[in-house]
Amino acid sequence: MAALGIAMGGGNWFSALALGVTLLKCLLIPTYHSTDFEVHRNWLAITHSLPVSQWYYEATSEWTLDYPPFFAWFEYALSHVAKYFDQEMLNVRNLNYSSSRTLLFQRFSVIFTDALFVYAVHECCKCIDGKKAGKELTEKPKFILSVLLLWNFGLLIVDHIHFQYNGFLFGLMLLSIARLFQKRHMEGAFLFAVLLHFKHIYLYVAPAYGVYLLRSYCFTANKPDGSIRWNSFSFVRVISLGLIVFLVSALSLGPFLALNQLPQVLSRLFPFKRGLCHAYWAPNFWALYNALDKVLSIIGLELKLLDPNKIPKASMTSGLVQQFQHTVLPSVTPLATLICTLIAILPSVFCLWFKPQGPRGFLRCLILCALSSFLFGWHVHEKAILLAVLPMSLLSVGKAGDASIFLILTTTGHYSLFPLLFTAPEKKNLFLIGWKLSTSLAWGLWKSSVNLYSLSPPGS
Amino acid sequence: MLNPLSHPGAGKPPMFGDYEAQRHWQEITFNLPIKQWYFNSSDNNLQYWGLDYPPLTAYHSLLCAYVAKFINPDWIALHTSRGYESQAHKLFMRTTVLIADLLIYIPAVVLYCCCLKEISTKKKVANALCILLYPGLILIDYGHFHLGFALWGVLGVSCDWDLLGSLAFCLAINYKQMELYHSLPFFCFLLGKCFKKGLKGKGFVLLIKLACTVVASFILCWLPFCTEREQTLQVLRRLFPVDRGLFEDKVANIWCSFSIFLKIKEILPHHFQIIISFCFTFLSLLPACVKLTLQPSSKGFRFTLVSCALSFFLFSFQVHEKSILLVSLPVCLVLSEIPFMSTWFLLVSTFSMLPLLLKDELLMPLVVTTIAFFIACATSFSIFEKTSEEELQLKSFSLSVRKYLPCFTFLSRIIQYLFLISVITMVLLTLITVTLDPPQKLPDLFSVLVCFVSCLHFLFFLVYFNIIIMWDSKSGRNQKKIN
Repeated sequence: MAALGIAMGGGNWFSALALGVTLLKCLLIPTYHSTDFEVHRNWLAITHSLPVSQWYYEATSEWTLDYPPFFAWFEYALSHVAKYFDQEMLNVRNLNYSSSRTLLFQRFSVIFTDALFVYAVHECCKCIDGKKAGKELTEKPKFILSVLLLWNFGLLIVDHIHFQYNGFLFGLMLLSIARLFQKRHMEGAFLFAVLLHFKHIYLYVAPAYGVYLLRSYCFTANKPDGSIRWNSFSFVRVISLGLIVFLVSALSLGPFLALNQLPQVLSRLFPFKRGLCHAYWAPNFWALYNALDKVLSIIGLELKLLDPNKIPKASMTSGLVQQFQHTVLPSVTPLATLICTLIAILPSVFCLWFKPQGPRGFLRCLILCALSSFLFGWHVHEKAILLAVLPMSLLSVGKAGDASIFLILTTTGHYSLFPLLFTAPEKKNLFLIGWKLSTSLAWGLWKSSVNLYSLSPPGS
Repeated sequence: MLNPLSHPGAGKPPMFGDYEAQRHWQEITFNLPIKQWYFNSSDNNLQYWGLDYPPLTAYHSLLCAYVAKFINPDWIALHTSRGYESQAHKLFMRTTVLIADLLIYIPAVVLYCCCLKEISTKKKVANALCILLYPGLILIDYGHFHLGFALWGVLGVSCDWDLLGSLAFCLAINYKQMELYHSLPFFCFLLGKCFKKGLKGKGFVLLIKLACTVVASFILCWLPFCTEREQTLQVLRRLFPVDRGLFEDKVANIWCSFSIFLKIKEILPHHFQIIISFCFTFLSLLPACVKLTLQPSSKGFRFTLVSCALSFFLFSFQVHEKSILLVSLPVCLVLSEIPFMSTWFLLVSTFSMLPLLLKDELLMPLVVTTIAFFIACATSFSIFEKTSEEELQLKSFSLSVRKYLPCFTFLSRIIQYLFLISVITMVLLTLITVTLDPPQKLPDLFSVLVCFVSCLHFLFFLVYFNIIIMWDSKSGRNQKKIN
């Protein structure tokens, strides 16, 4: 009895937090799920029933496979467990099949794979310097960071209600960041390469990784004033990094290269025909651009400057995924968005190259890359804001200024995720949870930032 | 804090019974004049979820009906809205419950935990969290108004705001008549206080004031029904359906468990059933109440609340499974004093409602909230380290027993083993009920087993709580004086 008591009550708050959020996820099982549920069921069916050569050609369902091969192999592995739950879900022809067992299996698979995310958060907590903290548990940066990451409200909505597998993917990303903080660069690079082949949206932050690894890892030393020392370039390191990336890519794309399917795979992965904005507009620059275009066209019609017959009928707000032309302002091409994104990330990348500040600088650059790509990217989903919010949590527990930026970012980011929830009860309940979480978050961050202000010298 | 969480999970089953009853009461109270609320008429068919709670519930339904009329009159249209179910309506009903909880129940819990003395702030918060996490109240999630008022009553009376406390409790009784389970301890405690203050001076004044408060609050609530004798009688008939028999369905009650061996309902005549249930109930709660009257103390009051409610639950007539919540609430109040036994009791009380919850398809929320509650209690109170005799408040009892049986030293060991066996039994029974089908000849086998096992537990707890009350001496009380 006493042993059980010690095991349970040892003050292991991390396990309590992880267990608590897992129990919460279990309660969210019967809530509304989006079409992404059917998407993943379809991929389970495709990878299980069809040979590899058919995976990227199969198009019975409208939800074709558009993630890189590692994710397809992941679904393949899952399908072997799925067959014990419900054999019917693995039939490609069973469109929109969602028996209660299927639902249970899929939801549990998300909850289960979140274990990687929990591990990654544990590793990130190790990278936080907790010596400047107060005595209270709720003021320790490690505790706050764990709450911010494990109980991240946006991740809960997207993964456990809307249904996606972002948990373990973000786990991989946070783990690679943690490894870079711990100066285990090769592991960090390897993890990121693997991550890219799971979901290619992480290309948004690839420049940060590339520049940081090149600058701070391949050049082993700096001059006293912090600028680059060209003769400290280490070929061994560059080659080993290149080898890692090459091997991972070979493992992933190799089979499809052998089958001569690479163009098909790439066209599935980068569907530029899908239009500038997603069905539900991500709150990025192009949304404002579209809105401006709409306003101008209305004004133009009122003032009789435009000919009504020449205006295309397709409405941008119809919720459909398609391409269309703008009426007043020039139309936007994928190339234009790429250029805008590159221009936006240029300052931070330059900083990372010319004035490297170690892992913290890298993290800042990563967040800025994610935000820039979110703002100017082509066909961005609202969920992509999580790419910026989660790493920002790591920064926010370090410095007071970052904490205040984080508060704004996370509140607006999570608010912008609300349209993902269709039904009223979920909206009401998550509004309540979100409100409670954000007020306690605000309180926690305020307390920790008060601590940081008092303890850290200004300007650090 | 966690009530909203149960709504997405528990929101799936339509809960046709009680949900429809609440909607129907809104329909009735809005559309019919007060005089017809409790009477059978062509407009008001009492067989179809007739109103059988005291007037305050009716007034509350009326208030909700006004709000419903503002949003969508179809929800409460007379006759045509029967069986009405839509997403918006569900949201509305759940919101009314949530608001009621937020306004009454949750502040009472928070204030109660703040008033606990000799406990650090962290422990107070943990205490509040554990009480709010109690699975029974989360899963049976409609109408805790009466529990909230009762809690305010307990708070008031413990903090010496006697008039306010008794007013709150009268409101609670007028909300749900089951609160009468708690009425005796209130009565004895307040009477004891009056005696202590001296019946010739301040005590008498207090007695008069309390009597006036109680009478006034009752008259206020029953005013529309006091005009005619027939009205009052009809309401009373609806509130206390003595024709319905000793028990209905399966409940973790002595009578139901006893009827496994001997069919009491069929053997004994009706009046006799009521008389013996009356006698057993009062015999079992008499010692505690007498002690409370003679030695009124806040701690004794809380424990007597538990034992009285438990006696009523076990021996009274027409007890519903949900009435265990009336026992669980006082047990939550003593959570900080005997964490181990309280947690054990609260787990058993949740388990006793298993058949009801399974009917409403609440298995997953049940498992999740029970695990969460157990872990919250285990970590906040370190219950497994607090199983010594002193911690279980059984020291004086075991000392007395040791006078006759010197070898009686392993009480806490026995209790620990009993706990282990109990938990294993409950888990096994849950698994069996969920996975297997009952044999054809005994279709109710599993629910009867659940009731029987729970009843045994409750008897054990009844004995335990009574022992604590009776052996609670002054020296024991001074050691841990919590108000």
